[in-house]
Amino acid sequence: MAQHQVNYASAGGLPVALTTVDHLVNWGRSNSLWPLTYGLACCAIEMMAAGASRYDFDRFGTIFRASPRQSDVMILAGTLSKKHSEFARRLYDQMTEPKWVISMGSCANTGGMFNTYATVQGVDRIIPVDIYLPGCAPRPETLQYALMMLQKKIRRESANMKNNTKQNLRLI
Amino acid sequence: MRKYVPKDSVQKKAYYTDRFHVVPSTPREDVSTDEVFAKHLETLSAKVEVKSARIELGSMVVEINHKDNYKAVEILRDECGYAQLTEMSAVDYLAKDGNFEVFYQLLNLKEAKRMRLVMRIEQGLAVESVVPLFKSANFAEREMFDMFGIVSNNHPLMKRIIMPDDWEGHPLLKTYPLQGDEFASWYEVDKIFGKDAREAIGPENRDPSRIDRYDTKRFSRVGYEVPFGADISEGETKTEIEYSKTFLVDYTKGSGKQLDKRK
Amino acid sequence: MQQPNKLSPFFENLNFERDDNTMVINFGPQHPSAHGQLRLVLELDGEQVVKAYPDIGYLHRGIEKMAENMTYNEFLPTTDRLDYIASTSNNYAYALAVEKLLGIEAPRRAQVIRTMLLELNRLISHLFFIATHALDVGAMSVFLYAFREREFAMDLMEDYCGARLTHSSVRIGGVPLDIPDGWLSQMRDFCDKVEYELEHTYNALLQENRIWKMRLEDVGVISPEDALSWGCTGPMLRGSGIAYDIRKEEPYELYSELDFDIPVADTNDSYGRYRLYMAEMTESIKIIRQLIPMYDETEPQLMAHAPKYISAPKEEIMTQNYALMQHFVLVTQGMRPPKGEVYVPTESPKGELGFYIKSEGEPYAYRLKCRAPSFYHTGLLQELLVGTYIADVVTIIGSTNIVFGEVDR
Repeated sequence: MAQHQVNYASAGGLPVALTTVDHLVNWGRSNSLWPLTYGLACCAIEMMAAGASRYDFDRFGTIFRASPRQSDVMILAGTLSKKHSEFARRLYDQMTEPKWVISMGSCANTGGMFNTYATVQGVDRIIPVDIYLPGCAPRPETLQYALMMLQKKIRRESANMKNNTKQNLRLI
Repeated sequence: MRKYVPKDSVQKKAYYTDRFHVVPSTPREDVSTDEVFAKHLETLSAKVEVKSARIELGSMVVEINHKDNYKAVEILRDECGYAQLTEMSAVDYLAKDGNFEVFYQLLNLKEAKRMRLVMRIEQGLAVESVVPLFKSANFAEREMFDMFGIVSNNHPLMKRIIMPDDWEGHPLLKTYPLQGDEFASWYEVDKIFGKDAREAIGPENRDPSRIDRYDTKRFSRVGYEVPFGADISEGETKTEIEYSKTFLVDYTKGSGKQLDKRK
Repeated sequence: MQQPNKLSPFFENLNFERDDNTMVINFGPQHPSAHGQLRLVLELDGEQVVKAYPDIGYLHRGIEKMAENMTYNEFLPTTDRLDYIASTSNNYAYALAVEKLLGIEAPRRAQVIRTMLLELNRLISHLFFIATHALDVGAMSVFLYAFREREFAMDLMEDYCGARLTHSSVRIGGVPLDIPDGWLSQMRDFCDKVEYELEHTYNALLQENRIWKMRLEDVGVISPEDALSWGCTGPMLRGSGIAYDIRKEEPYELYSELDFDIPVADTNDSYGRYRLYMAEMTESIKIIRQLIPMYDETEPQLMAHAPKYISAPKEEIMTQNYALMQHFVLVTQGMRPPKGEVYVPTESPKGELGFYIKSEGEPYAYRLKCRAPSFYHTGLLQELLVGTYIADVVTIIGSTNIVFGEVDR
């Protein structure tokens, strides 16, 4: 898309651009990633900071949605406890396809410093994760970079989700 | 030979203790040194049997029989002005003498005094709930039940509060390992996918320093990204890291691709 | 009867299909206004709440169990994750409890820095409260403004200790670092900025705002008796007309030398609590302003001198043999405090944050209990929500200012 710059003034006011369906769909998907407000712990505060005035997530087309039915990305921000794990999986199942998951912070990646009885040792045990985000807690810039990486990943993918080899646990 | 690990307490132990090491004790004073506390203790001991009393680091510690807990808390609230139950919980001494120590931390707001009511209770016995006196005990007693298995009689809702309802074991007992038992380690897998999925998902990784160099299913190395699940035991090729670039297009100069030129 | 199966949990006390006219609503644990992971099961009659059942534990991480298996210094960074909005107040409460157990006192300069950081954290936490509370009630712009000021405070924290959120900026026996160059003048600017914004932005936006007042006034009324009985502390207790602030009544650190007031609200409702938070921010600014000149009068010693428990400064470790040996012992084995028990309360932004430590003379605490204010404030919800309307539930949760890191620990 971006390569075909159109000069609207000289093209007789006709906004015409040529592209493939894949590009078009992925352009739309990647530029309006709506994450689920899924604040679990400390990282949720940094996620809020990323959405607030200084870091301003809205310029990525990223607007937090409170319902899993309306969102494309699940940002798992914080420690996932064993008691919570079934809810996390259910929220993931409630999200409509296509969906992506960002695991934010060490706790969500591997259990982090909480190597105890009550924490899930990595959310990838229950949910397929696209991007792992290190840090405790990751800075808002890190989250923004992760979202940009995710956009890049989406642009590489095929628009038909069936063609993508996605790591998931749906076989179970 | 394997190192002997005691079964009754799996708490981490110091790996080395000097043989001449003498454990000092915190300074403990007699209750009579503080007028206000002495008065409170006198009121309490007139009606309840007091086993021992001391002032330790600024707060009074009074030991009583566990059967008297409701009565003692009531006296302290009504007659000594301890208007708030700020904290209550238990300490596990099962490995030492088969008892729990239950403590109530009380605050007198008028005189800014804090005291701790301490009682020993054997395993399997229940304490009397103090919820009718202090509603803050509602959650605190449930937490004590959840963490230690000490039941409170006449509590409005005596069930687990922090751990899930179907959890097994009481986590703060000294016999409960920090990283959980067999049930805990498979809890989320069993609950979500069922026991059949255990094999597909595999056991938890509890070793924080474990690195699997050839695991391409979880983390990728920046600059060496490969497709998901690829075999990299032969080595992988370096890929350039792509940074996103910003293009500034000056439309006035006609640098954009113009459709009319293609005619 | 509902059968437990995969992904549909089993609630033994709840019956979702009912014959009477009440409806059961599950609120959370993912609700954006649930301040983390609060799950409420609400029984509704029309729009009115008949029964509320707060279900917590969704962020239980076993911090108390970790404390039993970590040396005292190892555990300090874990306390950051209790009340993660104001981390330093947790670090401080823990450090103070251990210091009291050891019987040591931090040097004067460390005390000044600590008090300054505590008040800065109070500002961070209260700004966050205003932001999220307003966002929950529906005032989006306040959220953006309050986060702007909060970022400046975060910058100050970052300049001091390098972290934005999980500070670990207090050590047992003092502070690890001195204040960087120019930090105090930035702090002074920040105080001016916040004071100006409090008056001209937040007060202008909220104080006399008709919608804000209608949403908050006479909502979530806690009587003084209830506040005492439910173990409310901090702004929740003072919002019910009981003037009890641990900084004043049982002074620790430098609070006995400082001149500040304890704001009290006697309307007992959410609006009174909001006014209280605003007034407390002004008091915090006042305290920080008093502390800035006190810094220059102090000697440059940052850690207490107690070789048995605390490592010598880096310079001494590198030059003196005994300091190095002691450092090695303290790092590999951990300090061994005397046998005994201690409970130290501090006034965290949320209320009374206390650590009960039971020591058996080992490097590992025999039992550590964290008395978290939010835990008791969550317990209050089961009574406070009854009789209110469903629209007020979010206001009340916002006004209790609970943080789930310390509720579930």
